[in-house]
Amino acid sequence: MKEEYDIIIVGGGPGGSTSAYYSATYGVKVILLDKRRDIGFPIRCAEGVGEAGLKEFLKPDPKWAVNKISAFRLVAPDGNNVTLKNKEFGYILQRRIFDYLLAEKAAEKGAHIATRTYVNGLIVENGFVKGVTAEYLGKNFSLRSKIVIGADGIESRIAKWCGLKSHIPLRDIETCAQVTLSSEKIDSNFSDFYFGEKIAPGGYAWIFPKNEYIGNVGVGISGIYSKNKPPIYYLDEFIERHFPDASVLTRIAGGIPCAPPLKKIVMNGLMLVGDAANQANPITGGGIINAMKAGRIAGKIAAEAVMSGDVSEKMLKKYQEQWDESVGEINKRCYRMKKVIFKFSDKSLNKLAEVLNNTPPEKLTLKEVFIKALKQHPSLILDAINVFK
Amino acid sequence: MVYVIEDKCDYCGVCVSVCVPDAIELKETSIKILEGCTDCKLCIYVCPFGAITDKVVSVVR
Repeated sequence: MKEEYDIIIVGGGPGGSTSAYYSATYGVKVILLDKRRDIGFPIRCAEGVGEAGLKEFLKPDPKWAVNKISAFRLVAPDGNNVTLKNKEFGYILQRRIFDYLLAEKAAEKGAHIATRTYVNGLIVENGFVKGVTAEYLGKNFSLRSKIVIGADGIESRIAKWCGLKSHIPLRDIETCAQVTLSSEKIDSNFSDFYFGEKIAPGGYAWIFPKNEYIGNVGVGISGIYSKNKPPIYYLDEFIERHFPDASVLTRIAGGIPCAPPLKKIVMNGLMLVGDAANQANPITGGGIINAMKAGRIAGKIAAEAVMSGDVSEKMLKKYQEQWDESVGEINKRCYRMKKVIFKFSDKSLNKLAEVLNNTPPEKLTLKEVFIKALKQHPSLILDAINVFK
Repeated sequence: MVYVIEDKCDYCGVCVSVCVPDAIELKETSIKILEGCTDCKLCIYVCPFGAITDKVVSVVR
């Protein structure tokens, strides 16, 4: 490890690794730090990604894109389901392998990586972030840099230390519990989404199959409902109902920021990427591709800033602008739609499923689903059209 | 003051995300509630496994 780097990236998930890859490509000195002993473990994620987004970065490889999804089932509280078909919905990933691969690629470009390194502070001088303090095997040390990229996930403390995010309000957080289980009831052809007040209030339960007999089964609920009953209990009930004799291989907890875009994600010498920057999609909770898209922009702008000798907020703001104009705009619209959708009563959801099942199958797209769902809120229909253009 | 029941904790970080005073130090397999805790209990409300409590259930001497 050097004493000083051009760019320190905190967090070795997809956002951090992608930031490292793109910035290292320019030849600047980059180091990626992760508090865990392993890149890619543990993984707190349902592991679903959209095809179009993934293909912007990598050609899907069955080693880590383990199941191709061409159909969704949206299940209403009364059990009736709406099936949507699309040859290019996406993939279920094996992120233990995927995340490791992203880090390997960054290392190949010249990025240094250090695991088991816990960042416990920011170095700030004259209003500029100039590095981090960290701990390795019980010993504290300082590491200086021209830019710090905070890609430290939902638990981001970097976002708090630099004042860009105070916390995530309960209404903007999905608290989740998931198992990876083996059962003959897994159907590898569908990704399933279950809705209902008793199943997943303010969120949804999912079944994301990895193959014919293994799948991620999880429940995410809104933070405003978890006070009375944590998601693990919703999950236990869901599994009891749908997979009573399953073998559980992994049991994990996690959370997703389903929030509107942060007002600011840059300051002098600092950029935020991924869940740390609240960049996950507020409706689906999908954050992997968004983090990679942000990392790609941030990595390039950070390297340019280092090479130009200007790491001020004014320079780094180009990252925020490119983000706001692209995915940020989509997230803003999705947040508006989310506020309405997750307030649907079970009765309304059942009715919506009925209406959708009376729609000719070739017209059943995600866009149609949202438009029909938002019929009582005409101003949001435009949001639905724009998001699914 | 809040307390983490470490037998239940998955070290997932959801509690950290809702903590306003930044009073939770979370490493890969350890968690510590720091002095700055204001007892707002948001962490108790969001924990996916219900692993945080404000009730002291036993005292170890």
